[in-house]
Amino acid sequence: MSLKNPMTPSTGQLAQQSFGHSESRGDARPVSFARRVLDQPAAKLGFVLTGLVLLVAVVGPFVVPAWTGYGSNSFAGKPFRTGVFGTDNLGRDVLSRFLEGGWRLLMYSALATVLGVGLGAVLGMFAAFRRGWLDAVIMRFGDVLLAIPQLVFALLAVTVLGPKGWVLVLVIGVTHAPRVARVIRSATSGVVSEDYVLASQMYAVPQWKILSRDVVPNIMGPLMVEVGLRLTYSIGAVASLSFLGLGMQPPTPDWGLMINENRIALSLQPWGVILPVIAIAVLTVGTNLIADAVAGASAGRVRSTRSARKKSATAARGVTATSPDPALSAAPAQGAAPGETPAPEQNATKEL
Amino acid sequence: MILKRLGVSVFVLLAVSLLVFVFTLMLPGDPAQAILGQQATPERLAALREQLHLNDPWYTRYLTWLGGLFTGNLGTSAATGGSVNALLASKLSASMVLLVISAVVAIPVGLLLGTWSAMRRGRASDQTLTGFSLVLAALPEFVIGVVLTTLLSTTVFKLLPSVTMAAPGMRVWDYPLQLILPSLTLILVVVPYMIRMTRTTMIDVLDSGYVEMARLKGLPERQVIFKHALPHAIGPVAQVVAMQLAWLAGGIVVVEFLFRYPGLGQAMVDAVNNRDVQVVQALSMLIAAFYVVVNLIADVIGILANPKLRTETRS
Amino acid sequence: MRRSEQKARDRVRGTAVPRATVDTAITASHLSLGVTGGDLILDDVSFRLRPGRILALVGESGSGKTTAALACMNHLRAGLELRGGTVELQEGASRFHRDAVDLLTLPEAKMRRLRGGTIAYVPQDPALSLNGSLRVGEQIAEVLRAHEFGRNAHERDDRVAEVLSEVGLPSDREYQRRFPHQLSGGQQQRIGIAMAFACRPAVIILDEPTTGLDVATQDLVLKTIYQLTTKHDVAGLYITHDLAVVARVANDVAVMLHGRIVEDGPAERLLRRPEHPYTRALLDAVPDMQGARDMGGGPAVSPVAAVRAPWDRGRAAPGQMAASASGTPAGTADDAAATTGTGHPENGAAVRERGAGGVVGTGRQDAPVVRLRDLRMAYGSAVILDGINLDLEAGQTTMLLGESGSGKTTLSRSVAGLNDGYTGDVLLDGEVLAPSTRRRSNEQRRRIQYVFQSPFSSLNPRRSIGDSLQVPLQMSGDLSREQRRAAVADALDAVRLGRSYIDRRPGELSGGERQRAAVARALVNAPSVLVCDEITSALDVSVQASVIELLRELQHERGLAMLFVTHNIALARHISHRLAVLERGTLVDYGPTDSVLRNPRHEYTRSLLRHVPTLEEAG
Repeated sequence: MSLKNPMTPSTGQLAQQSFGHSESRGDARPVSFARRVLDQPAAKLGFVLTGLVLLVAVVGPFVVPAWTGYGSNSFAGKPFRTGVFGTDNLGRDVLSRFLEGGWRLLMYSALATVLGVGLGAVLGMFAAFRRGWLDAVIMRFGDVLLAIPQLVFALLAVTVLGPKGWVLVLVIGVTHAPRVARVIRSATSGVVSEDYVLASQMYAVPQWKILSRDVVPNIMGPLMVEVGLRLTYSIGAVASLSFLGLGMQPPTPDWGLMINENRIALSLQPWGVILPVIAIAVLTVGTNLIADAVAGASAGRVRSTRSARKKSATAARGVTATSPDPALSAAPAQGAAPGETPAPEQNATKEL
Repeated sequence: MILKRLGVSVFVLLAVSLLVFVFTLMLPGDPAQAILGQQATPERLAALREQLHLNDPWYTRYLTWLGGLFTGNLGTSAATGGSVNALLASKLSASMVLLVISAVVAIPVGLLLGTWSAMRRGRASDQTLTGFSLVLAALPEFVIGVVLTTLLSTTVFKLLPSVTMAAPGMRVWDYPLQLILPSLTLILVVVPYMIRMTRTTMIDVLDSGYVEMARLKGLPERQVIFKHALPHAIGPVAQVVAMQLAWLAGGIVVVEFLFRYPGLGQAMVDAVNNRDVQVVQALSMLIAAFYVVVNLIADVIGILANPKLRTETRS
Repeated sequence: MRRSEQKARDRVRGTAVPRATVDTAITASHLSLGVTGGDLILDDVSFRLRPGRILALVGESGSGKTTAALACMNHLRAGLELRGGTVELQEGASRFHRDAVDLLTLPEAKMRRLRGGTIAYVPQDPALSLNGSLRVGEQIAEVLRAHEFGRNAHERDDRVAEVLSEVGLPSDREYQRRFPHQLSGGQQQRIGIAMAFACRPAVIILDEPTTGLDVATQDLVLKTIYQLTTKHDVAGLYITHDLAVVARVANDVAVMLHGRIVEDGPAERLLRRPEHPYTRALLDAVPDMQGARDMGGGPAVSPVAAVRAPWDRGRAAPGQMAASASGTPAGTADDAAATTGTGHPENGAAVRERGAGGVVGTGRQDAPVVRLRDLRMAYGSAVILDGINLDLEAGQTTMLLGESGSGKTTLSRSVAGLNDGYTGDVLLDGEVLAPSTRRRSNEQRRRIQYVFQSPFSSLNPRRSIGDSLQVPLQMSGDLSREQRRAAVADALDAVRLGRSYIDRRPGELSGGERQRAAVARALVNAPSVLVCDEITSALDVSVQASVIELLRELQHERGLAMLFVTHNIALARHISHRLAVLERGTLVDYGPTDSVLRNPRHEYTRSLLRHVPTLEEAG
């Protein structure tokens, strides 16, 4: 970039920088975040996969009796009859149940994600912003929650409160919170230690305004990664609980539950298991691909103006010590695992 | 420093026990009633209340329960009326077998593939492996399990048993073939994470100034990797392994249920269905303790592998 | 002398290498290198390294100097590719290669034997380059082993001890068993140098080895490097951006700009009679302690010397620097206002009209605007500030000089209200200020403004420049949105950025541009006092000079009282009327700049003055 600048000595009165400083204003604007996400093929694939399953789950319930000829719980014929996808052990139409069985899973997962990420983000942000005892209390409490695997915690709650929808949403959301809080806290403390936050403090900008104008916009990257990741794990957790028979209850048509109901007859009538398994697999893979692409974009691992510039600047000593991106410590790997990695300092995500 | 970590671990465990205990208090209505159902006679209810110490104040019950945990008495199962210890003893060993097999396979495979991938960064083999692990990492355990069952045991090939045989008195390992599917599922669940995180750690280390310096000093590549790079990866990798072990401990619930494997996970699901709070509590504590211990070990390894932390400990 | 050295070396070594007989060690010719599939980083670079001489490769960030140096070891960082050229290791320069050989085509295995043994590298930041998990003695010894230096382990142990004492470190076992984190920064860097010299290399490449060291340590390290290269006939390549350092160590200089060498030659000639305009600009931008160089003009603050940025050349009338003693800032200030005013008739006019509470005009000396009275601060038993008394006067700059850890940032932040943990008083026009900025009145906040050290951190990357800059106005005034925007635009003009920057994001600006924007934020409110915390330390020399130039102009235009915090004593005459030297929380020297520099009272100040490298040492 810099080499193209012809060397013009004493460039006139106004030139504040004589010899065309390498990263000068001629540079293109930084590529927008959404652009950087979508520039990755994996992201496109992720959106397509997620969109497909979403379509089935959302449109499915509206076409069920009309299109398939049977309601999801109505008797369609002899058990294990062969047909398009056949009937299940109670003689219900597999296709109808499949088409109607997705929206609850999606809704509960989305609600749990919103709850978990919202709660975790707020707690993490306050912990980093306020520091001191509030920070200590929030994070220690998080450590305690982290010691119990998400699923085990959910089982504990279901034992006591029963397998109800709001219990699933609540317990999955709450168990996401400390994991999200950790990531957001580290991103926020990176931002809070920046001088522009100090400058706002100096100008006596109200705290809420500092949070909303200085902090939040600068942690959007990790926050979006968390949304994608937690959605993947919420889907997995809700479906797992239904599969265990501890989520949705019969006779509700639900993908997780269908797998549970039909797996005994896997060799006799595989469709009852295979359809929902494929749907869940495609959905989680899709959301995980999106989360990964978002992580990549926010960690600057995608080629952009800035990374190209940085590359050529590695040649000389980087005078700018400050990294442009808040270090992430998310891991679109281990969400539900107890404890996010505190290990590799930056982006354990993967930088694939 | 190690002592400090130990203190934190003890604190976390105590806090977890309190949290787990609080759940019993949240049981709606009368736990005895819930267990026995609407038809229960008042005498039986009273007897059960007495048996469960329901008439004591909550802190006495907590201390009794906690004391029980320390002395190895996990309480009485409300559903079967027998002791929780007896209920879980045989299942513990079955689950341990599964855990150990999975860990012994998964840890070396994950670490080696992760390191290999990091060293071949950017090449086709690395990209394939990372892409593959990204997809696998997204799948819930039961999806992997069902797919494996379909492939290897029912629809496509019929090689392996899809359900565990465990007649009373028989041990799971008496028939080793039935261990393959559950272990394979667990392995496939944790290996992708290990690959990805090991890879990230190794890339960090390989990109570091001291590794570049070691090369500029003209050291042989083997020495650069084994003497300069690897020691720095020990601490972070120990964390990764600890996390995955803890994850396995949670993952056995679904996998055991799927394969009807007579272990702790299956017991847990049964207990939840029976609303057998004592058993669920005991298992939660057991799993939490496993998590805490494994993490503590990883922390200690991290401290010992890092001269800076180590020397701080000494002073 | 050389002969006896040679003998001594042969005794240790056992094998004699007639090194002094070759005239050239490495010749790089027409080296071209670029980002894979992208821009060129090095464009036809050629240079020659000769035994016993140090070539300094000088350039600002991004000029490609480190890339060029690493190419001498056939080491390309990830993402770079070779486009052409050769690097020849000359005949007889290495004990492995009797014949001349092109390093860039040498097989990896052979190259490895040369790295660290024949061609050694001293990294920029030892904290990152030394292996934290290996003992320092072992890190030196392994180089010897890798290159089969000496006949046995015993000889190698002796060599480790010897090279440690050569770089002025203790050589005993106990010291060798330390880990890097147990050493200071200066010691770590000397371990790096010992590592490089251990095998008695023919060529040594030093990549800004004194970055981040204080001047006294830098001085010591430079001396060590100079002695070792000349004594052992090593060909040195010294990469730096600092011409004063070049003057201290280099025999020859090559100046790099955007991947090309624009001028090279013997150090003495090049530093005294630069030919290329860029070299001249670089030299002019170097702050100078004594002012002995030929100076064309440029408004000096405490005469004798001045930063003269390239765009000033020929504008100022000669003779400004005639007055030598302190106490004549008014004259210079007027001249400066006259010179600079011409280019920008509209400069800051709008801002000024809104009526600064402070004095507008040039250098009038009234009562101090800000007084610090017995400022103290401590964390537990660690004393950060120990009874500081300091006055800031309108139109005057006070330079606060200190190493990192001296408490200078704490002090400056106390003035700005960013540090509420102090005792003692900060007075603004005789009124005691609350320690925390939030408890100060709008008017008080408006009058004292603070500019942060790093322009990469002080502007929110997600907000436009205009949005960031209007914050002070929004918080302190009742201006409408349009008025604020107009004031911000005026301030951007005043810092010579131009109002077109108002809707840009910081990411689109260079470091120097960002720092101007940060200065504009401090000016938008027409303050009376400006606190500048190391605001040039993150910038390249030429940018640094232009920012300082800007500050001086602004001060003259607006009569600002300024507190300029820095660790760079060489800037003193260029910017400050008064100089305050801070050491471990105590003001050890304080007075008019000229008299402090002439007659430093404290040993610490004297040591700073003694060790600071200057251009006058060339040759």
